[in-house]
Amino acid sequence: MTDHSSAPSPNGKGDRQAATLEFRHATKRYPGQDSPAVDKLSLEVPAGEICVLVGPSGCGKTTAMRMVNRMIDITDGDILLDGQSVRDRNPAELRREIGYAIQQIGLFPHLSVADNIATVPKLLGWDKKRIAARVDELLELVSLDPHETRDRYPAQLSGGQRQRVGVARALAVDPPLMLMDEPFGAIDPINRERLQNEFLRLQRDIRKTVVFVTHDIDEAIKIGDKIAILQKGGKLAQYASPGELLMYPNGEFVEEFVGADRSLKRLALQRVRDIDLWTAAQVRVGESVSEARGKIADSDLDYALLVDDQGRPEGWLSESAFHGERVERKLRSPADPCVELDDILRDALADLLTSDTRYGPVVDDHGKVAGVLSLEVISNFLSDAPTETRTSVDLIEEEA
Amino acid sequence: MTFEPPIAQLQTRDRSGESGCVIDDGLCPDWIVDNFDRYIDPFWQHVYLTVTPVAIGFVIAFTLALIAHRRTWLVGPIASVTGTLYTIPSVAFFFLLQPITGLGNTTAIVALVCYTLLIIFRNVITGLRAVPEDAKDAARGMGLTERQMLWRVELPLALPEILAGVRIATTTTVGLAALAFLAGGGGLGQELDQDPFFKSNVVVAGGLCIVLAALLDVIILTFQRFTTSWQRAAA
Repeated sequence: MTDHSSAPSPNGKGDRQAATLEFRHATKRYPGQDSPAVDKLSLEVPAGEICVLVGPSGCGKTTAMRMVNRMIDITDGDILLDGQSVRDRNPAELRREIGYAIQQIGLFPHLSVADNIATVPKLLGWDKKRIAARVDELLELVSLDPHETRDRYPAQLSGGQRQRVGVARALAVDPPLMLMDEPFGAIDPINRERLQNEFLRLQRDIRKTVVFVTHDIDEAIKIGDKIAILQKGGKLAQYASPGELLMYPNGEFVEEFVGADRSLKRLALQRVRDIDLWTAAQVRVGESVSEARGKIADSDLDYALLVDDQGRPEGWLSESAFHGERVERKLRSPADPCVELDDILRDALADLLTSDTRYGPVVDDHGKVAGVLSLEVISNFLSDAPTETRTSVDLIEEEA
Repeated sequence: MTFEPPIAQLQTRDRSGESGCVIDDGLCPDWIVDNFDRYIDPFWQHVYLTVTPVAIGFVIAFTLALIAHRRTWLVGPIASVTGTLYTIPSVAFFFLLQPITGLGNTTAIVALVCYTLLIIFRNVITGLRAVPEDAKDAARGMGLTERQMLWRVELPLALPEILAGVRIATTTTVGLAALAFLAGGGGLGQELDQDPFFKSNVVVAGGLCIVLAALLDVIILTFQRFTTSWQRAAA
């Protein structure tokens, strides 16, 4: 990934840049316990990237995150924020510079949404006008209507809305680093997926450095630029990008944790345009049969695809279409399923599996045929080593 | 040590030469209308004997609760001491204090303050303990100091419980203040005691006690509604 440290903050107002974060042999030992909760954790998070800490319960992932803003004090080693040790900082002041969002959200029930979001700005002594403007800006950023939401109390919001307010509150002073502890853990699966997508879109704009804790490997793969897999005893098992982790797990523990379906998970990180498609014989009505047969011979399929004047797929031609001199409009099956170049490979695979043909035309932005996707194409892709690995943020970026 | 029973100093009111209803110790509307004035001063004394102990008691109990909030080992001892004070019968308390503070308001108020301590202390502690852990974690994580967290998060969230304690303490004190005359403190209790067999007197003096208790309760309740509107937001 490229370095995003110079990316501007939302609306170019805050001008706070993302920070780099470095764990340097960071260790947490609790008195009376034999093994440390976090054991010599060393990893670097480049500015503007999401680092997911993932692992089974008791692996120290939350402890590691809470050491960053000194909610838990480091026993040994160090954590550096933009090169400066957090141990040298006053804890309260340090925390005001670091966004903090937790699974239980922890909204203050006695304060309105606006006052909740204004918590840190008030501590920093912002004036009222600036706070009010920032509150509205943040509510819009997390897709909530400021007029409707501002004066409500947390008890009057749905779970998803509360989560959004929690994220807005954590972003209030445009912190260069965000800590998020299973922020979507208490949300139902459908809304969780929506919130994850929203968060990735948001991250595309704000480019924060994020430490994100989860126990869910699928969430880690979806959210993370880099994933740190921790195992019991707070040891780092592997620190790599999602694609690398899925292709090259460095041991039994990671392999097992990532899951037997890790090759399928790779499909969620790729688009149809990323793989080598089959070529299709594109034939128009009225074309000479011999010419059309030549196209079929050159293509990867035994069937020809009937296209209209704009090159859009109309259906697969039957053998009887070639009985005369000119190609006739006789279809053996419709052009289903039709997938787009921008579709996520996993979704395209799902489309193929639900159809009878096991292959389908791929179209570009204008609806023109760009090739054919089949189960064989996908399985070839899965058996090859990836040429490049990408992340969900990259995918969303391309979409924009 | 010998105690002079203060009751001996009280005198029964002279009602000779009044109408038949009054002589018969009945409920006489005419007499009530004519004599209502004489209850006004005792009423205000009673207000004083209620509000002052509750206010002083609140300051003491609240301070103790804040001290014990972060030093939980103190909660037990403080609750024991205030609990012991609470069990002392009020008449005995007045007599015990008399050699130290003499006859009058001071004795009554000192005793009444002691009765409010347990209720208010326990309610403040309960309220602070009921503050959701996640709100406190978020507050710390956002960089509130312990003091900021106490005043901006914990106390506002504990307020309903704290005010509930103040309400109970106030109502209790209105009742106990009716015995303050035993310590020479005056109030509506003295009016009751001066003519306990005259129905008109008992109804007016007792009724005013009830009215006072209800009035103070409504005042605190109104304050609570204004300061804790968030509590009704969920509905």
